[in-house]
Amino acid sequence: MIPIELDINGQTIEMEVVPDLTLLDLLRAVGVVSVKKGCGEGDCGACGVLLDGVYVKSCLILAAQASGHSVETVESLGNVEHPHPLQTAFVDAGAVQCGFCIPSMLLAAKSLIEDHPEPTVEQIREGLDGNLCRCTGYVKQIEAVQTAAAVMKEEDHD
Amino acid sequence: MTNTFSQVGTNVRKVDGMALATGGSLFVADLAPENALCGMILTSPHAHARIVRMDISKAEALDGVFAVLYHGNVPRILHTTAGQGFPEPSPYDTAMFDNKVRYVGDRVAAVAAETPEIAARALSLIEVEYEILEPVFDPVKALQPGAPIIHDEPDAHVVIPVPYDKDRNLAAFVETSVGDVDGTLARCDIVVSGTYTTQYAQHCPIEPHITLCELDPYGRVRITSSTQVPWHVRRIVAQCCEIPVRRIRVVKPRIGGGFGAKQEVLIEDVCTMLCLRSGQPVLMEYSRKDEFVSSRTRHPSVCTTTLGFSKDGKIQAIRMHMVLNTGAYGSHALTVGSNCGSKVLPMYPCEHIEFKMEGAYTNLPVGGAYRGYGATQAVFSVECLIDEVAAKLGRDPLELRVQNHIRSGMGSPIFKALGEGTEGVEMTIGSCGLPECISLGAEAIEWKKPRTSSGRKARGVGMAILMQGSSIPHVDMGAATIKLNEDGSFNLLMGATDLGTGSDTVLSQIAAEEIGVDTAMMIPLSSDTDVTPFDVGAYASSTTYLSGGAVKKAALLIRHQILEVAAEMLRCEQDKLSIEDGRILGGAKVITISDVALHSLYSHNQKQIMASASHITEKSPPPFAAHFVDVEVDLDTGFVKLLKYVSAVDCGTTIHPKLAEGQTEGATMNGISFALTEEYLFNEKGRMLNPSFGHYKIFTTADMPEMVTIMVPTYETTGPYGAKSVSEISINGALPAISNAIFNACGVRMMHGPFTPERVARALREKS
Ligand code: FES
Ligand code: FES
Repeated sequence: MIPIELDINGQTIEMEVVPDLTLLDLLRAVGVVSVKKGCGEGDCGACGVLLDGVYVKSCLILAAQASGHSVETVESLGNVEHPHPLQTAFVDAGAVQCGFCIPSMLLAAKSLIEDHPEPTVEQIREGLDGNLCRCTGYVKQIEAVQTAAAVMKEEDHD
Repeated sequence: MTNTFSQVGTNVRKVDGMALATGGSLFVADLAPENALCGMILTSPHAHARIVRMDISKAEALDGVFAVLYHGNVPRILHTTAGQGFPEPSPYDTAMFDNKVRYVGDRVAAVAAETPEIAARALSLIEVEYEILEPVFDPVKALQPGAPIIHDEPDAHVVIPVPYDKDRNLAAFVETSVGDVDGTLARCDIVVSGTYTTQYAQHCPIEPHITLCELDPYGRVRITSSTQVPWHVRRIVAQCCEIPVRRIRVVKPRIGGGFGAKQEVLIEDVCTMLCLRSGQPVLMEYSRKDEFVSSRTRHPSVCTTTLGFSKDGKIQAIRMHMVLNTGAYGSHALTVGSNCGSKVLPMYPCEHIEFKMEGAYTNLPVGGAYRGYGATQAVFSVECLIDEVAAKLGRDPLELRVQNHIRSGMGSPIFKALGEGTEGVEMTIGSCGLPECISLGAEAIEWKKPRTSSGRKARGVGMAILMQGSSIPHVDMGAATIKLNEDGSFNLLMGATDLGTGSDTVLSQIAAEEIGVDTAMMIPLSSDTDVTPFDVGAYASSTTYLSGGAVKKAALLIRHQILEVAAEMLRCEQDKLSIEDGRILGGAKVITISDVALHSLYSHNQKQIMASASHITEKSPPPFAAHFVDVEVDLDTGFVKLLKYVSAVDCGTTIHPKLAEGQTEGATMNGISFALTEEYLFNEKGRMLNPSFGHYKIFTTADMPEMVTIMVPTYETTGPYGAKSVSEISINGALPAISNAIFNACGVRMMHGPFTPERVARALREKS
């Protein structure tokens, strides 16, 4: 067992884990269920989190490696009463069908907007390339990221 | 058309959208209790083998193992895993566990253990001795005399009177003909023919199959499952586990996509048995590899089609011979097979039609329901051959389609000839927006614009027209219950199964429209077998059309009840009153639905305002579509780049335009991905070599072309507020449209999917 300490959405967690526990399994075990497992092999992108602000696939990272770092998941973005502009834009654009891919895609979108505050369609396509969605055909998601980016920019100015 | 409705036709917020976008605890895996055991399945490493000895004692003895199942300790109940109406049209050829394995990935045993690690270790301790049998992988060879017999057990059988010959590996058979095809073809000026094949593919819901089974203190089993067919799950689990239906409650939470894969009762029976044996909650989930290998697939097909035309460009005869590879079990073989005919042949009405379908058992993964359901396989040949005819006649393929396609007011003998295990029903087409789909789509793709090829890049355009259905007439049934609460809100309890499609939202809109309130006043709950009424499930493009019909009927009853109470309160005639935006108008004063609810629950002559209704259908009105694609083919590498893809769809009234577009875009993208990259690779022993997203490529944002979606409004009088179906149709277009565009660009005819660079390059080499 390995002792770890990490910050999950602003809360510090200390525990002992087996060496091969993935960050994905750890997060789900402690009740952060927005992080989804679609493959466990780094291919689907349903398990994305922001590790010290960088978008990563949590099934490819060991919990032990994440020790000492901070993890952000969609729970930290907003909630039903106070959603983040990305969440509002996704829902209103019709970009959420089954929703299984969405929490992770929102984090990928947040990270890409940080890099490109006014993302072009090309930049969005590149930024979301790792997030498989079998329901939507991606059209409305690309639209939603553009809408959200515009709202976020506006909010920044205010 | 102007929208005269207040809820229908508007983009209300998807009822579950924000809960999903904020990462709520909504899916099966999120709902499992901490003490749930892990259920895991041991699968066969052999394509065809008899189990001559099995020893589970070491696995049973392992610490942390609570139950081990294999053919020696579970009842042998032959059933079908296909979630279909009862009695099912698919053969009863599957046991929970059998003493024979029929494909690599077939079930051998299952365990429930404290942790996944212990479960995996327990599986490795199960000793199995196999007698290897000769396998057969090719569906055409499987049907030939002398082929190894896959279902040699005496008890496999069909439960409805349909042809079934397991001694010939024939899982399903359909044959029908009208007119004189031979004679007509002999007289035709132009006859084209070709054999087109489609490949294995998987639905790839991002959430794989997952089921949680728990015993409650009353000894009942609660099955929380990612399923499209909760009622069929209840019935089939009861059948396989030999427990009464009343001991089972199936709850459907949010579902992470299904596309037909979850119209199958795949793991619920095993998980329930593990739960019953262990007395513990059991969570069983498929890995991505399991999902590819042991779940369900699109039946691969070999389709030989012949079209006969007169020189004036009029279609005279169609012959289609379809061989479907159903894999080791006959799940959906008959019905996918008949849909190959019924969802394609009526598109070009003529008097001479022949259709034959053979569903062959092989020792490969199992076919099943997959969005498109046979139409995908069959329309490929027909729509490519139409272009071949156009080339021979020197006609514009678009014009040729316009000259021949079905229209409003027309019928087809095929509708009656081909049902789903039973006779079909006669049908005349009501709404048909195909002409508009074609003209608007052509405009969007700039059909007439000449494309200039330069150097090694050849440009071309292609199109295809499509039809599907909306539910299965006389077979499917949907039902809904609505009840009124004090604040004027309504519980909308539906059997209909929202699997991510948005049906909770669409059906809420229909109810709200009919009652006269805002959609926000509806509280939808879909599919809990203890709570909501029955529904066959989310398949056959039935939810909006059929379940929507049930919801609309129930809502009408509710409106009457509300007005009845309101008339009593206002002391006036009921027919003077109407409901608008939650208020009762026409009386001496305006009262609200909430006033009516409070009155009816607490004041006088008390009653719960509630109503239930069921709906069946006589018709399955087809939605129609025209797909167009602009491609660039690299003549050196064979890489096909899609520059633009246009889907123009007539689904009747779009109850929720954005969701209807979303269905179209999702289906279109899946179709494109199927046409260009998706395929199963097998080794010579029948083992799938690429069961991961790393090696089975599905399209991402980086691969997608520019997509244009056009919704063509029509009004289907038999549907709720004019609606037909939308979910399946657009998966069918890419294969023929892209093949036609490649032909247009560089003159090679791709007849076998997917059109990978290697295949296209080979075809180019063969041509030159
Ligand atoms: S679970 Fe699929 S990438 Fe991590
Ligand atoms: S919305 Fe279902 S996978 Fe993306």
